[in-house]
Amino acid sequence: MKQLVILSGKGGTGKTSVTASFAHLTYLQPDRRAVFADADVDAANLELVLAPVEVVREPFVGGRLAVIDPSRCIDCGACEDVCRFDAIQPGAGSRQVDPIQCEGCAACVHVCPEQAIHMEDQVAGSWTRSDSRYGPLLHANLEPAQENSGKLVTLIKQRARLLALDTDVDLLLVDGPPGIGCPVISAVSGADFALIVAEPTASGVHDMERVLETAVHFEVPSAVCINKADIYPDGCRAIEETCRTKHLPLLGKIPYDVEVTRAMVQGEPVTAYAPDSAAGLAMGTVYERVMAWIGLGGVQHE
Amino acid sequence: MKLVFTAEGESLEAKLDPRFGRCSTFLVVETEDRSFVAETNPAVGASGGAGPQAAQFLGDLGAEAVVSGGFGPNAFRALSAAGVRMYKADAAPIQALLDAFAAGELAEVTQATGPSHRGMR
Amino acid sequence: MIVTVASGKGGTGKTTVATSLARTLHLEHPFYVDCDVEAANAHLYLNPEMEDSFEFGLPIPEVDPERCTVCGRCAEVCEFHAIVVVGSEVMVFPQLCHGCGSCTLQCPEKAIREIPHPQGILSYGTTREGIRFSNGSLYIGEPMAVPLIRALKDWHVRADETWVIRDSPPGTSCPVVETMAGSDVILLVTEPTPFGLHDLRLAVELARKLSMPVGVVINRDGIGDDGVERFCQREGIPILMRIPLSRRFGEALARGIPLVEADESYHDRFLQLADDLRRLAAEGVRS
Repeated sequence: MKQLVILSGKGGTGKTSVTASFAHLTYLQPDRRAVFADADVDAANLELVLAPVEVVREPFVGGRLAVIDPSRCIDCGACEDVCRFDAIQPGAGSRQVDPIQCEGCAACVHVCPEQAIHMEDQVAGSWTRSDSRYGPLLHANLEPAQENSGKLVTLIKQRARLLALDTDVDLLLVDGPPGIGCPVISAVSGADFALIVAEPTASGVHDMERVLETAVHFEVPSAVCINKADIYPDGCRAIEETCRTKHLPLLGKIPYDVEVTRAMVQGEPVTAYAPDSAAGLAMGTVYERVMAWIGLGGVQHE
Repeated sequence: MKLVFTAEGESLEAKLDPRFGRCSTFLVVETEDRSFVAETNPAVGASGGAGPQAAQFLGDLGAEAVVSGGFGPNAFRALSAAGVRMYKADAAPIQALLDAFAAGELAEVTQATGPSHRGMR
Repeated sequence: MIVTVASGKGGTGKTTVATSLARTLHLEHPFYVDCDVEAANAHLYLNPEMEDSFEFGLPIPEVDPERCTVCGRCAEVCEFHAIVVVGSEVMVFPQLCHGCGSCTLQCPEKAIREIPHPQGILSYGTTREGIRFSNGSLYIGEPMAVPLIRALKDWHVRADETWVIRDSPPGTSCPVVETMAGSDVILLVTEPTPFGLHDLRLAVELARKLSMPVGVVINRDGIGDDGVERFCQREGIPILMRIPLSRRFGEALARGIPLVEADESYHDRFLQLADDLRRLAAEGVRS
């Protein structure tokens, strides 16, 4: 079983569109089976194009939050003095905790002379196991203003991995989050391969380098494909050069194509909605090269 | 000696849990007579730092060695400091792994087996 | 006036809008803070000349082994298991530490002091047009963006700035919350597609949780559907600008050319946007 994570660095390069197309194309191969995971728990979009039917949903407890008991609080302010996160505010006759600012460190708990503060588990969102059009999907939704420490990403991936192993599938395909911080680190950790979907713009090239460095730091072999490739040939050349100097496989280019958006509006991957479009065909080519790269090559032709 | 297995259940028939920091149960076995105690892993729901927390727990228990599927860098660092030897094994019933350990067949881990410090496979 | 330009979904055009807003307002000497410390891009459009930089370190505990009695109190109070006692040794895990200082405070032997753990670099400079600019760059492998953003937000920023424009990271979780905290108004840039709408909802929910007024810019107008339009109407969220889908714009932005340079007619439109933001900030949040 191979675990492939789709990353980008910059947001909006097309990770989810690529993941959805890959999910569809894997489904079309009778000899390849997969489990899917949406690790972008902050803004989970994969479910919008895979038509999932919920099987199990569980609440997710993130960290803990401090709660002040106003009946015990003497409003001395010791908690406010010690809080480094601006989370303690004045209230009516007692201090109170701003749940959005509270980091959950409990420093206040230990300095309160009246023991008026305790910590409470905070439900930060939920995770779901669904059956999608193309196979089982693990996804989650973090509530706005929650800490995205990577714990929920880790949980999703753990569950997906256990399901993948139990059902003996060939591929665990993970739609990754943007950036390079803890959610990405959790998404990349334990992956066998990372495919970086790069955008040939000034921003896209810059951010691709950063996520590449992150994948290298965590020792995950990486390859690159270029999305919206035709909007800036100079950017493409820059990416090609980077791949050359770093000995990274460049597994293809996908042109900018409005059919991708039309497919999204219809709630489908572009390879299903418009398989003969420029983007649809290019996705297919990149997909086969990626499968070969990760060692799942060899399509059964009729 | 006290040998700990990360376990998916509470008996020697249970399979080895491949995860160290977030396994559900630690089976603490006395190798002399194979008596054992099942301990719930306090770190299983930890929002972070599961590896260090679990290592601290094993250190407190007086474990001398632990068998799991792998050890991330934080867990590795903490267990090494605690003087707990680490062994890597594939998922198998713990009974069988006990035999393998006694026969000197389990591979000792001398560096962190996972590349990342956060999350796991 | 502090405006945070955010989105929910990545790649909708936050930096496109924020940099053009700054360029349009340059006579008012705005301060541009690029808070996307994981993937900072605004400097590619504004080309500041950097004058100052600062390596930010999160205060993490260092235990003096001479004074430490291995009592374990530090490990007891740490919510993040970043400091643990194993064997006769106290170990610190810097990437798990939130820098809260609790262990240091609670040590009965006063055996802990705090030392900086480097997390990234802050940089400050000025553009040719007189726009003051700062950004942060998180070191590769460092998981936490929030402490760096917190340090960046007020660095070099005076108390009486006419305009502070904060360019936010994507999403709606802690880095975005930190960026938004203290703002007067939130400008959400979205695209008129199902992904854009899904994430816009989350971003609006976040702004409401923070009790901040919201305005929307629809970028790449003309693709997708009218879901975003209908949502904004239903929710009473003003749509302050529509930027049409344009290959020409896409190509200019790909090269690092700000929108107001690629199309000068946008200058007046951004002046109007600035007025609208001022008005929204003054009105505050209607209940």
